[in-house]
Amino acid sequence: MWRRGLAEYPVEQIRDDFPILATTMNNKPLVYLDSGASAQKPRCVVDAMSAFYLNDYANIHRGVYRLSQRATDLHDQARSKVRKFIGAKSDKEVIFVRNATEGINLVAHSFGRAFLKAGDEIILSAAEHHANIVPWQLLRDDIGVVLKVAPITERGELELNVFLDLFSDRTRLVAMTHVSNALGSIFPIADVIRLSHDRGVPVLVDGCQAVPHQPVDVVQLDADFYVFSGHKLYGPSGVGVLYGKSTWLNKMRPYQGGGDMIETVTFEKTTYAPLPAKFEAGTPDIAGAIGLGAALDYVSAVGINRIEAYEQDLLRFATEQLLSLDGLRIVGTANNKAGIVSFVLTGVHPHDVGTILDQQGIAVRAGHHCAQPVMDFFGVPATVRASFGLYTSKNDIIALVDGIRVVQEIFG
Amino acid sequence: MIDLRELYQDLILDHGKRPRNFGRPVANANRAARGHNPLCGDKLTITLRVDEEGVISDLAFDGAGCAISTASASLMTETLKGKSVAEALTIFEQFHHLVTDGECPDDVDLGSLEVFAGVKEFPVRVKCATLAWHTVVSALDVSQSTINSPDSAPTVSTE
Repeated sequence: MWRRGLAEYPVEQIRDDFPILATTMNNKPLVYLDSGASAQKPRCVVDAMSAFYLNDYANIHRGVYRLSQRATDLHDQARSKVRKFIGAKSDKEVIFVRNATEGINLVAHSFGRAFLKAGDEIILSAAEHHANIVPWQLLRDDIGVVLKVAPITERGELELNVFLDLFSDRTRLVAMTHVSNALGSIFPIADVIRLSHDRGVPVLVDGCQAVPHQPVDVVQLDADFYVFSGHKLYGPSGVGVLYGKSTWLNKMRPYQGGGDMIETVTFEKTTYAPLPAKFEAGTPDIAGAIGLGAALDYVSAVGINRIEAYEQDLLRFATEQLLSLDGLRIVGTANNKAGIVSFVLTGVHPHDVGTILDQQGIAVRAGHHCAQPVMDFFGVPATVRASFGLYTSKNDIIALVDGIRVVQEIFG
Repeated sequence: MIDLRELYQDLILDHGKRPRNFGRPVANANRAARGHNPLCGDKLTITLRVDEEGVISDLAFDGAGCAISTASASLMTETLKGKSVAEALTIFEQFHHLVTDGECPDDVDLGSLEVFAGVKEFPVRVKCATLAWHTVVSALDVSQSTINSPDSAPTVSTE
């Protein structure tokens, strides 16, 4: 595996592929440190989408004319690219959705209604994004399932033995993040899945913050469901992926009804199309899927192992630099972390930090990161979060540290 | 950095760090309301006492927020103490103008509140500056808030 880190990684060359990184914000060069919220797009993604719209566009699955077939082929190819990227066995197990949120809602709706009843239990972790909390609460309100929450430690790590204590003979599903978006902790998801399966319980993984930063193989993990968003993976907003084992997907009811997801329709009875169409009602985001395919080509060309090694080096550098500042506390100090650093400054609210950094061209997230329970656990209203992408440079980190010094000067 | 200094003036930093009329409910409060900014998580509770003549005889706030929202709440309490309810609502209107379009008519003297004029350059921070004000307006609305316990007071949310 490629393991040279910072020095050898062609970050400048990569940055040239992202035109926005050469722009200014508030008259300062843009320092984009919010890839965890959404990643910037390489030119090739935009080019692929624009070429599709300009040269190949038609609706898909309307096959009698050649142009529609061409669009269908491009859309199918995008699905195959996703399948390869995450190591799935079959294109049928790759469902295009709007984003990870929709993927989780789909499972909560279709799996929940097919397999769960009042009193059945779902285990989540305390570090979930709201997207992996609220859909289950809606299900709870509808059918009376019980939600149990696996706690995290002061470092932001999952404790497997405490997690295991939550299992009962009513546990029917584990829904857990792979990487915490607020803390950066990488959860031992392979162990979570293995131990859950030992107890006969399937697992849904929220992989939003994992897939862009480390190799993910859904078959090796043996995940039952794995969701992620395209826009955090250098693809366009509006497209995401739900991977599901066909054994589950075949038994689940459709999420939405409409065109494309049917086999035959009469007013008495409708039979559903086979996978993946069964879960893709209506005209999808065709160009979005093609853009995502282009993004995966791009990430693969750079090399996901290489990206992981580079971002780990960057994380070490950033952690060391930030800790050199007085009054800065990192929230989330797990041993195993992705390229996310959440922090608070003594005496300065994260929102004020965000505004002052913004004035220096530095884009960070300041807030609760759609993970209010995590903020409550650490006793902070919000944090400042710097999150990295494959284009983040050491200079970005240095600019952040200098920017924080300006915050501290102003707040004296 | 000129822009930043316009926003983070010394008076704002001072009240942000050492808020006045803070951290305790008003004795014998007869109005209360809670404010919440879901975007940044700022939360505050305002308690006040309005006397028989309709004058705000005392008010205080509690909660956690950024420098802008804390300073705004602090300076608001200083400004409104001793004002009638009608005067308070007029000052709110004028203050709202000041932070959204930066305008303060010549015949209006908002006094120390004018340090918030710089907020207009930072549209995402307008809600920070106005959270306490929206909350106090809700507390002054008798139909909503003749309540003694802050815990059961109405909540204002600025989206």
